[in-house]
Amino acid sequence: MDVFIDALNSLGQGFLNLTWQSGIMISIGCLLLYLGIGRKIEPLLLIPIGFGVVLGNLPLANLAAQDEGGVINLLYNTGILTEIFPVLLFVGLGAMIDFGPLLANPIVLIFGAAGQFGIFITLLLALGLGFAKQEAVSIAVIGACDGPTAIYVASKFARDLLPAVSIAAYSYMALVPIIQPPIMRAMTTKKERAILMPPGEKHVSQRVKILFPIIAGILTILIAPMGAPLMGMLMLGNLLKESGVVSRLVDVSENTIANTVTLLLGLCIGASMLGGNFLKWDTILVFLLGFIAIFMDTVTGMLLGKLIKVISKGKINPLLGAAGTSAFPMSARVVQKEGQKANPRSFLLWHAIGANAGGQIGSVMAASVMLAVMSGLGIGPLGG
Amino acid sequence: MSRETIEVPITGKIISVEVKVGDAVKEGDVICILESMKMENPILAAVSGTVVEIGVKAEQVVKPGEKIAVIEY
Repeated sequence: MDVFIDALNSLGQGFLNLTWQSGIMISIGCLLLYLGIGRKIEPLLLIPIGFGVVLGNLPLANLAAQDEGGVINLLYNTGILTEIFPVLLFVGLGAMIDFGPLLANPIVLIFGAAGQFGIFITLLLALGLGFAKQEAVSIAVIGACDGPTAIYVASKFARDLLPAVSIAAYSYMALVPIIQPPIMRAMTTKKERAILMPPGEKHVSQRVKILFPIIAGILTILIAPMGAPLMGMLMLGNLLKESGVVSRLVDVSENTIANTVTLLLGLCIGASMLGGNFLKWDTILVFLLGFIAIFMDTVTGMLLGKLIKVISKGKINPLLGAAGTSAFPMSARVVQKEGQKANPRSFLLWHAIGANAGGQIGSVMAASVMLAVMSGLGIGPLGG
Repeated sequence: MSRETIEVPITGKIISVEVKVGDAVKEGDVICILESMKMENPILAAVSGTVVEIGVKAEQVVKPGEKIAVIEY
């Protein structure tokens, strides 16, 4: 009889150890699952993250990313803390991205640079709010609109903020179609948005497309070596694609690697979101500052777009400025939609994709510059 | 009556054609969906009028400048 009661007691241990914080986090996990499955919002990310949150917060399950020796802890330690997951994801990203529109019209690269200003503005704000330098850098990189880059930087410098930073980065990437249009409309007249540009598709030779990842990889890494793992893998993925001779590796990079890493990364990030480290004031601040970063990316991009419109005597549609973020291809799609809304004849996609691809390079460069500055100042990982 | 020719803006594949000859369309109505750069892009009517010609069909690979439709207005 005692054995039976003991067995019943141990069966109920999970319920007895459930805290209100775990309860809230499990509800958040279920909400993410609903958004991914029910509303089809970024299901590839939200389902693994949401289920990771649920698993990580179940008491005694030993499935939190921080539970030493647990399965997810092993994945977290080997994939995220070593930065392998974000770096591998960049191989897939490189294999998917087409730099053709950027190479055909390199001037749009300037939009890719302007789309990163929010990062630096947010860095100053975060420092002003009292965050440590390592935390401020990690929060500011949310403005890169690029999940893997944000994870890469946060895992290097401020691991405590990693869950909040990565969730904020991925959330805002997904919300780009909602965040950017009101800013774009507020900063332009309908006449400006309606500016017609020739669709602009130009042929770029295969030789140029092959040489680009090699030369750009070498140059950018020489300029900012701290971002070498990200830039190197991005350019490797792109070289595989453009070489035209390794279709099997391209297939593996853009499907198997990208999908496997997305699954494991999402699961680990979700399982690292625990009541204790997530339900706190800093998390709200991280989300707020991340929003400011993306808001300012769009504002500075649009300001440059307006300037270029004036310089080009009205030939360049200022909406292109908003495509300079690295939310690829979300920002390009938003620019195309807004242009078409203002003028059904408008078709800005080719130019916008070029600016957006420039933003992808710009965000890695911006992160590299931050890492270089931190390294130059002798600032290491927080608590490390 | 004037005629407006809608041309393919960018290389891609027609996913679907949303109108047929004789249809009345309003400015901004979707004429067809063009898949390009891994995105589905609606091609819109630039004027209100009547579709008098369709130059593409679903699954057709198209190049810039090819005729999608002609609208009389």
